[in-house]
Amino acid sequence: MEPHIENIPIRRYVLSKKADEFFTGIYNVYQFIILFFKEAFLSPFEWKEIINQCYYVGVRSLSLISLTGFITGVVFTKQSRPSLAEFGATSWLPSLISIAVIRALAPLVTALIAAGKIGSNMGAELGSMKVTEQIDAMEVSGTNPFKYLVVTRVIAITLMLPILVFYTGLIGMLGAYLNIHQNEHTSFVAFFHSAFNSISFLDINSSIIKAICYGFTVGIAGCYQGYYAKNGTRGVGMAANSAVVISMFMIFVEEMVIVQVINAIR
Amino acid sequence: MPEKESDHDTGEPVISIRDLKKSFEGNLVLDGINIDIFKGENIAVLGRSGSGKSVLIKIISGLIKPDSGIVKVLGQEIDKIGRKELQALRTKIGFSFQSSALYDSMSVRENLAFPLTRNKRDLSNSEIQLAIESVLGGVGLSESIDKMPDELSGGQKKRIGIARMLIMKPEIMLYDEPTAGLDPMTSVDINNLIVRVQQQYNATSVIITHDLTCAKTTADKVTVIEEGKFLEPGSFDEIFSRDNEITRSFHDYNFINK
Repeated sequence: MEPHIENIPIRRYVLSKKADEFFTGIYNVYQFIILFFKEAFLSPFEWKEIINQCYYVGVRSLSLISLTGFITGVVFTKQSRPSLAEFGATSWLPSLISIAVIRALAPLVTALIAAGKIGSNMGAELGSMKVTEQIDAMEVSGTNPFKYLVVTRVIAITLMLPILVFYTGLIGMLGAYLNIHQNEHTSFVAFFHSAFNSISFLDINSSIIKAICYGFTVGIAGCYQGYYAKNGTRGVGMAANSAVVISMFMIFVEEMVIVQVINAIR
Repeated sequence: MPEKESDHDTGEPVISIRDLKKSFEGNLVLDGINIDIFKGENIAVLGRSGSGKSVLIKIISGLIKPDSGIVKVLGQEIDKIGRKELQALRTKIGFSFQSSALYDSMSVRENLAFPLTRNKRDLSNSEIQLAIESVLGGVGLSESIDKMPDELSGGQKKRIGIARMLIMKPEIMLYDEPTAGLDPMTSVDINNLIVRVQQQYNATSVIITHDLTCAKTTADKVTVIEEGKFLEPGSFDEIFSRDNEITRSFHDYNFINK
């Protein structure tokens, strides 16, 4: 008996709807990154807008980064003291704090704050521009919106995040110093001498590399989600939300990979 | 509408569309559109919501790629040219968006300066400011120069959107629902502004609208999109004297039930 045509299931997806969307999404992000590199190296360069964006990225997150960097330094010192005190090794606190802050905490804390503050802002701003046809308006006025909006923002956050990481590190160390000075009466010079003696050139380099990778990730995730936002205001909210979630997830994945590579080099 | 200079008998069409088809997720929106629009002509396109009117002008401006067919704008096939050529061509096409699409992080002055600073890099700052003041005066909003878009009313936003289009002195002007969401008095003002702009710039206009008063005031030719195809274009009176269900329902809605 021949099967009835209406009983034959129509196969619309290669795997399943979700799996297809997932792999299509990865391919689209890949295309987005390729386009970024193409546009980033083609003239005309948007120097003025890059400088504007660098200013916004720095100013928008400076107060939050200062506060969290300081708290991180103080809290980490407080948490580490009892363990070291058991072995009578509180004099090692500056070394421990500097290694922890420079190698891991400063890049990670700064990147997570950047994802929440700057990444979400990029997603929402570009998403809002997309759904209100401002990106289309830019395009029809003879401007390349990808270059003007995306390339400038991604470059700005990739350049600014290493500076912000360095700043967070210093503020974190300052918080740690104040706590150590209060409890162990260590002098400023002795603290920083001990702290910086424990840090190698590789530690600083690895932090810069991490910051560049995290900055690029936050920029791409925020801009991608915003640039392709749809479904009106709901889409804008989703773009901001996805920008943060994806950035944070990717930051932890990259942290794991970079630490493995740096340890292999070390 | 006063008689205007047109290349209908002599020149090449400014916009030439042949067998244009476009579908979205299997839904055929434009199904073989054919039309020639000549320099100085003003054509209004009527149609139901979702009939593909806005898609048509987005294809003309290169924002959407057609599935098939030929779309020539100022002699160039819009979906075949490279990015740089397209950008250069777009400086000759003005687009007034339904939502006005003003850049909300920029003041009115910056909104108007944006296309000039991007495309005419040889202009001095004083020349740009002069152009902004002149075009703002033209739309009657000189006092709004330093306002932000969220401080403007819907009608003012439309005017600024038109001013931003005019500042590049385009050869083709595309209006997407210019009177949508406006009260009747403001709609009349916008219609008069469009007519004044047409007379001043002698540009070609394509006006997408639901509003028959807008179509009657601003266009010298009207066409209707029905099931993805154009009805034969004609003057406003010709179109509405035909025995066609779509045009009759448009007419009844606009002039009887409103």
